[in-house]
Amino acid sequence: MDTKNIMIVGVGGQGTLLTSRILGGLTIQAGYDVKLSEVHGMAQRGGSVVTFVRYGKKVNEPIVEEGQADVLIAFEKLEALRYVHFLKKDGAIVVNDQRIDPMPVVIGAEKYPENIIEDLAKDHRVFRVDAIDEAKKLGNSRVFNVIVLGLAAQHMDFTKEEWLSVIEKTVPAKTVEINKKAFEIGYNL
Amino acid sequence: MKGETQVSEKVLMLGNEAFARGAYEAGCKLSAAYPGTPSTEISENIVKYDEIYSEWSPNEKVAMEVAIGASISGVRALASMKHVGLNVAADPLFTVSYIGVNGGLVIIVADDPGLYSSQNEQDTRAVARAAKIPVLEPSDSCEAKDFVKYAFDLSEKYDTPVIVRTTTRLSHSQGLVELNERLDIEDKPYVRDFAKNVMMPGNAKGRHLFVESRERALAEDGYDFPINTVEYNDSKIGVITSGIPYQYVKEALPEASVLKLGIVNPLPRRLIEEFASKVETLYIIEELDPIIEEQVRSWGIEAVGKDILTVQGEYSANMIKKAIKGEDVYIAKAAEIPNRPPILCPGCPHRSVFSVLKKLKIRAAGDIGCYTLGAVAPLSVVDTTICMGASISSLHGMEKAKGKEYIKDWVAVIGDSTFLHTGLNSLMNMVYNKSTGTVVILDNSTTGMTGHQDHAATGLTLKGEATYSIDLEELCKALGVSNVHTINAFDTKKLEKTIKESVGLDEIVVIIAQAPCALLDKSPVTKQYTIDQDKCKRCGMCMKPGCPAITKKEDGSIEINDTMCNGCGLCVEFCKFDAIKSVKLK
Repeated sequence: MDTKNIMIVGVGGQGTLLTSRILGGLTIQAGYDVKLSEVHGMAQRGGSVVTFVRYGKKVNEPIVEEGQADVLIAFEKLEALRYVHFLKKDGAIVVNDQRIDPMPVVIGAEKYPENIIEDLAKDHRVFRVDAIDEAKKLGNSRVFNVIVLGLAAQHMDFTKEEWLSVIEKTVPAKTVEINKKAFEIGYNL
Repeated sequence: MKGETQVSEKVLMLGNEAFARGAYEAGCKLSAAYPGTPSTEISENIVKYDEIYSEWSPNEKVAMEVAIGASISGVRALASMKHVGLNVAADPLFTVSYIGVNGGLVIIVADDPGLYSSQNEQDTRAVARAAKIPVLEPSDSCEAKDFVKYAFDLSEKYDTPVIVRTTTRLSHSQGLVELNERLDIEDKPYVRDFAKNVMMPGNAKGRHLFVESRERALAEDGYDFPINTVEYNDSKIGVITSGIPYQYVKEALPEASVLKLGIVNPLPRRLIEEFASKVETLYIIEELDPIIEEQVRSWGIEAVGKDILTVQGEYSANMIKKAIKGEDVYIAKAAEIPNRPPILCPGCPHRSVFSVLKKLKIRAAGDIGCYTLGAVAPLSVVDTTICMGASISSLHGMEKAKGKEYIKDWVAVIGDSTFLHTGLNSLMNMVYNKSTGTVVILDNSTTGMTGHQDHAATGLTLKGEATYSIDLEELCKALGVSNVHTINAFDTKKLEKTIKESVGLDEIVVIIAQAPCALLDKSPVTKQYTIDQDKCKRCGMCMKPGCPAITKKEDGSIEINDTMCNGCGLCVEFCKFDAIKSVKLK
């Protein structure tokens, strides 16, 4: 198998590190070599953050480069647009339909682009979810990232059972049930 | 390593977690550090091993000296820090090179190519060369663990401290690691050794000779070190590399012959000469400065390096492919969209203090912490950022250069952890040299930017044990500052009044603006704010402090995002129309 390249992008504080832990657990469980690269420190303070996950027979480079990603998982739509050039030609974008204004937009210096998802869909396979809304229906808006992960799982090589077993091992014991439900919502979209 | 028992299947570990595991398995008994991205998680993982005494020290110099003391006493000891932290610890570093070790002494130093979270892009290998200390450089999590163990062995064998150099990419990448049991290392007996441990000039002369012979021995013996590996493939392209760039080389040039250096100072000259003689074109691929390249060229060996590769930022496989093979790798253009720089969090107490400074049109000499973000729009009150502790001393320098009146629209701003790190000395200097000026200590009861580490004024140790908590107000008074105010950071009226009065005075004033970091309090938010659209005039005043939870919609209406607001209430004070209401949450 060729090395698979996954990118998780979002805004610092959205929980990209939890999702990368789940993905990491999943790939080891399946017996792959894996490398994950994360952003810690200052950028996590509301900045643009990206996590790279690469798995396969033998992985050297810990980062995914332009034009190489099989799946781009975006927790925020401007971030999907920022990293779309990392995607392979036939790669899939899984995007949470949420808008978080960056500071240049907040202070009126720049404009938040309109119709991001529609524009992305012109050239790419795009799968969208309003995960915050779905998570609120479940009673906890914080599990939105696992809903997005569920949707992404449709485009990856692991079974639902494999995903659920890793989620069970990775999230805090108290939140196992709600996270499993969140995953199912995304997986069944 | 040979002869050890493997205790587990492979586990996924962050580079920094693997460094901690390496120290544990090596039988290390003491670890000291000051937090600094990207090195922080080393200590945060070492604390999980009860067999190792571990601490946050107030700064890197202290941490280094704590580790040196432990080594002299006969145990294996570790200090870890980021690259700029090594500057703070440079004084003990350069001399412990002469003293050497009793128990093994390893220093893990994290460089930050690409400047993810630092104020410069310096190369630790250059510092280590100047200090004549060996440097090992692992290239993945697995080696991170193994090289720390090897470093302890080298340290004791060659009577030298050993630096293990990492970079952000290695420290913050996860890879598979095989775990082994902890080695049972007996403490070395302590024997008084005047000529070795007392670095007075006469003794240092002798030790300098030893250091030089040690360097020669390491350079010669490096030929056989198992951490240096040679892979002979096609002889057309030969690459000398180390650390993370090795992974890029393997990806970009699978056909090339590669000499991967595990030790990058001193260089194993014979090994390099042998490799160079067997390849047609020799490339040297190293991030940051041409440390290997310049030495290799000085031996008369032709090599290609920084003439085609940059001294700035991180490398990648594509970058190497392009530089060496001239392959125009497919790179789609990035979209031109708004940047998303890091920002102060919703509910951050620094925003409150900065909004007052902005209103008073006061400039701030800044320091190292989240509050550096006070330099960017819309707050834009921080005018300078240099290094840890420099806010107070640079304000003093301005006062001495230009006089008291000049700094009456200036203050120094510094965090609580940074103040205890090195700000203390600077304040002492202001008192001693009869300075005037206002120092604002942004006391959020933690080391914020690195992810909430305790320090000498939080009342908790790294191990989470209760301890004496230094009273910042009493501390400033003891230094000789009589005018000290402690104010709630969200009490903007009192802050405004106090700052306004203080900057007008011909004396030193310290204002401790106190409120915990907004991320420190993990309890659910009980109160939030919302905008009464009937009363709102859409003037945008509430957006002045730059809270990311408040945004203007397409239709011009202003909204507070209920997934982000944490109820600090700072925006309420900016609304002249009483349009921001509080909402109680369950």
